[in-house]
Amino acid sequence: MNRIDKKFEELNKKGKKALIPYICSGDPSVDMTEKLVYALEEAGADIIELGIPFSDPLADGPVIQDAAIRAFAGGYRLKDTFTVIENVRRKSDIPLVIMVYYSSIIGYGRERFAESCVKCGVDGLIIPDLPYEEYDEFEGCLEGTDIYMIPLVGLTSGERIPKLVKNAKGFVYCVSSMGVTGVRKEFDTRVESFVREVKKYTDTPACIGFGISSREDIEKFEEYADGCIVGSAIVRRIFESGCELEAVKEFVSGLR
Amino acid sequence: MELNKDFGIYGGQFVPETLMSVLEELEKNYKEYCSSEEFKEQYIYYLKQYVGRPSSLYFAERLTKELGGAKIYLKREDLNHTGAHKINNAIGQALLAKHMGKTKVIAETGAGQHGVATATVAALFGMECEVYMGVEDIERQKLNVFRMELLGARVVPVSSGTGTLKDATNEAIRTWAARAEDTFYIIGSAVGPHPYPTMVRDFQRIIGDETKKQMLEAEGRLPDRVFACVGGGSNSIGMFYPFVEDKAVELVGVEAAGHGIETGEHAAAFSKESRVGVLHGMKTYLLQDEDGLIKPVYSISAGLDYPGVGPEHAYLHDIGRVQYTSVTDDEAIEAFKALCKFEGIMPAIESSHALAQAIKDAPKMDKDKIIVVNLSGRGDKDVHTVAKYLGKEIG
Repeated sequence: MNRIDKKFEELNKKGKKALIPYICSGDPSVDMTEKLVYALEEAGADIIELGIPFSDPLADGPVIQDAAIRAFAGGYRLKDTFTVIENVRRKSDIPLVIMVYYSSIIGYGRERFAESCVKCGVDGLIIPDLPYEEYDEFEGCLEGTDIYMIPLVGLTSGERIPKLVKNAKGFVYCVSSMGVTGVRKEFDTRVESFVREVKKYTDTPACIGFGISSREDIEKFEEYADGCIVGSAIVRRIFESGCELEAVKEFVSGLR
Repeated sequence: MELNKDFGIYGGQFVPETLMSVLEELEKNYKEYCSSEEFKEQYIYYLKQYVGRPSSLYFAERLTKELGGAKIYLKREDLNHTGAHKINNAIGQALLAKHMGKTKVIAETGAGQHGVATATVAALFGMECEVYMGVEDIERQKLNVFRMELLGARVVPVSSGTGTLKDATNEAIRTWAARAEDTFYIIGSAVGPHPYPTMVRDFQRIIGDETKKQMLEAEGRLPDRVFACVGGGSNSIGMFYPFVEDKAVELVGVEAAGHGIETGEHAAAFSKESRVGVLHGMKTYLLQDEDGLIKPVYSISAGLDYPGVGPEHAYLHDIGRVQYTSVTDDEAIEAFKALCKFEGIMPAIESSHALAQAIKDAPKMDKDKIIVVNLSGRGDKDVHTVAKYLGKEIG
């Protein structure tokens, strides 16, 4: 059974919602990425989203762009993310989802990328620039594996929602805003109605991401969603604290 | 009219989901409105009365004599209002934006020519305009930055990544994703997610259509070889597309070899080290490493300083219909000087790349052969760059 499904089963039994922190692999270093994964788990993360840094991250705001620059400055290479996951898997069963831009997958080799994911124990993939219409590019490589493609659904998806979530597995990533990742003071008033629309067409958990930075945001969204993804706020905390694990843990446990 | 979103295995729509419905709306409007008589009438009206089309096809007699080979004709896009071919497309897209009820336009720019063209049409049609430009390019193209500001546009400096055209394009796409409701993104090159590469080509094909007609009038036959420079590839696709079915006409796309392909400091997306990947919403040939990361590219020409190439070029490359080659900074500057000297025409450094290849080829061709060089823009904007290259101090 996929670790994401198992996790949501557990959470359901307890009547809890999922907290999904995002960190950028290699920021500030590959070693620290592994330590951060454990710290996040200890702080109460249910699933961890591990970003693969890219030179041209179209869906990311300045905080995550800068994290990628730091990772590259430290000599990060794509294979390092797989090494981190391999190491983590010796100690932990926390569900791990990779966030990766499609060009990295092509560059690394589609088959090879899928094989590496299977080998080290990845549970899901979020590919922000591979929309539904282009799925067939990569779908075949995941056939026969237990790895989920996490679909992204946006505020403007409208009539597209049924087809986007029809075969969704793991969770549906509901994008709260029109722009890129990054902390926001206010959220679009359409978020609730669109997440409810998503839930009409699938039983797969719907989690909200983009712009979430506080317990207050999360409480609001947990009224109707199954979980929240927090990225930039954590990445910023990692940077500002000089990657002080205790400070990161404190911030993340405060989101629970 | 059915539009294909792919060119062979290239093209597509590799964008975040939030942009998919925006692209659907754009495609629908493009298909319906831009094939209507109403649109065509307006588009042609502005190209004629405002841009000054048709641009002339000029026989470069002295240059031809000097080289002693094929007859050289220049398609004078440099004579267009705003000084380059970019205005053809900007007018087309701005009319579409207006039709779709958008009140703001944004654009990316490298050399600044597309930024100027967009700022110009925004002023013409009374729209708000923001132009995204890499900090490196702002430095290289100060004159165009000031021109855009005079035209009422806001130039937004982009310092992310390498601070050049590719980064300006990223930022424009990000901004568009956030503001698509009232904002139209006028892409200047034949790149981006579908339908942009098709749309830009259709708004630029007037270059090739006119050339064909003018050549038949001047020589009674089609040219033997046609040259155009390729950054993202808008002037070249506009020039080549109408000739694609005329198999006897050789088409040559010229990329920027910068300091030389072997130095690694270049912007030639069809060079050996190039790989297929995804950037700016399209799948195409890109200069990238084995992790799919985009490599920094270099050219003296800000307009060719782009790590990829439009998807239709990728397709034309693979089927062998267009030959792609590259020339260095040095060769481009020599061509720039030659055209100044022999014809009294100052070409853009971008266009000088196409010219440089023609200057190499012409002497090897018989005197009864005819070649056309697309002079995509004028070089006024490049005077500072050329002075710096030549080690001269001006102003």
